[in-house]
Amino acid sequence: MTAVEAAVATAFREEWGNVLATLIRMTGNWDLAEECVQDAFAAALARWPSDGVPDRPGAWLTTTARNRALDRLRRSKNEAAKLQQLAALSIPGEPAGPDDSGVNDDRLRLIFTCCHPALSLEARVALTLRTLAGLTTAEIARAFLVPEATMAKRLTRAKNKIRDAGIPYRVPPAHLLPGRTGGVLAVLYLLFNEGYSASAGDDVVRPDITAEAIRLARLLAALMPDEPEATGLLALMLLHDARRPGRLDADGELVTLEDQDRSRWNAAAITEGLALLDAAWRRRSAGPYQLQAAIAACHAEARLAADTDWAEIARLYGELYQLVPTPVVALNRAVAVAMADGPAAGLALVDDLAAGGSLSAYFLLPATRADLLRRLGRPEEAAASYTEALGLVTTGPERRFLSKRLAEVGG
Amino acid sequence: MRYMLLVCGQEDADDAGTAHEYGEPCWAPWAREIQARGILLVEGSQLQPIRTATTVRNAGNEVLVTDGPFAETKEQILGYDVIECADLDEAVYAASRHPAALAGGVVEVRPVLASV
Repeated sequence: MTAVEAAVATAFREEWGNVLATLIRMTGNWDLAEECVQDAFAAALARWPSDGVPDRPGAWLTTTARNRALDRLRRSKNEAAKLQQLAALSIPGEPAGPDDSGVNDDRLRLIFTCCHPALSLEARVALTLRTLAGLTTAEIARAFLVPEATMAKRLTRAKNKIRDAGIPYRVPPAHLLPGRTGGVLAVLYLLFNEGYSASAGDDVVRPDITAEAIRLARLLAALMPDEPEATGLLALMLLHDARRPGRLDADGELVTLEDQDRSRWNAAAITEGLALLDAAWRRRSAGPYQLQAAIAACHAEARLAADTDWAEIARLYGELYQLVPTPVVALNRAVAVAMADGPAAGLALVDDLAAGGSLSAYFLLPATRADLLRRLGRPEEAAASYTEALGLVTTGPERRFLSKRLAEVGG
Repeated sequence: MRYMLLVCGQEDADDAGTAHEYGEPCWAPWAREIQARGILLVEGSQLQPIRTATTVRNAGNEVLVTDGPFAETKEQILGYDVIECADLDEAVYAASRHPAALAGGVVEVRPVLASV
């Protein structure tokens, strides 16, 4: 790669979302904006080798894309739309006024619009990756294991709904902000989880998606410095991602938290995650992401698995359950209780959950049960639970891990 | 933009279709509340009960008329309101404050196709 190609690649990574967000505001037309921003990057590749890389690549790209939009609109046949959009574009460099929420950042407008609750969750995730992260339709399709045509249709449908249903391009006003911020955080968290623990396929981890999720969470935390949950989410992602190098062994097989080589964990990510969590925590407004980050911090701070403060983790899961009373949180709490107070105490909680029935399709329920039975020296019951878990698991490495454990208990 | 709010729910056999005979209609405070936010109630009405519905299809050379609503589901369209407001967030706000929504019903929000 030449130096100029590298500069364009860097500009793409750093400026794509920003330039596109501005063009969408200026034109009010998502497709036109996307085409013009693509053209601007093509122009950069053509002109930067002779003209040199501009001092402010983002400003250069925005101006080029805006001029491109003006050209296209002048040649447009639709007179009404043309006049309206030309008027909006004709004031060069006009900054947008602040929203009702006092926010003046196009990327934040774009995040909130992409994550609008009137769009399906799948559409929100796809649109966020396309517009803010700059992933191509083909890349997003590959990440979610759907045909490219399906993903293209999903993106088009989402953009059409934004236009036709009148979804506003703005950060919601203060009275709507708390609920909507939660929705944005949920999309980023879902994205991270999809990368960290893929729901299907043979790769259990997809670092490219986790990296995008962290990049977007970093952006959101920077844009919303007064929102401790945004900082908490970034801390949570960093603390989890720090463990990635230890999660799989040389053969790509899953290693349990207990058996991981902790020296392989990413110390820089842990340091940053702990500092962020501290800063969020000082605002004294604990939410689900900060609590989960605090749990991840307990693991990150234990130099040996045996040093883990399981009583504190069980307490944090108890607090999390007050805010998010889901069976998955209850299952995690049961695991922590088993570690703190012994497998029998954990098994009692797991059996209660199994009786509830809401986790009947979740492989971690029988897998957890199997593990507790194994530790209690009840191999036959453990084998039955491992077999049940194997019937529900969808990714290769997790399947192999369960098979290995099943063989160990003589099943 | 203009939106139609389709008020959906289960018909209550006892008081379906009964209008208020005196006093202020139940939608009036709602209309004032949304107007204070710049949302205009263009028109709207509660509908007569489902038993009065007739479904019509034009099958080319024959008009098919059947008794009842177009879809046999538990929830039915009980009324509608047309509002004029800035965007979907405003329409969602109006829907969330609708008397039917406050009474546990469901409101479907549909933009009206703009006539140019």
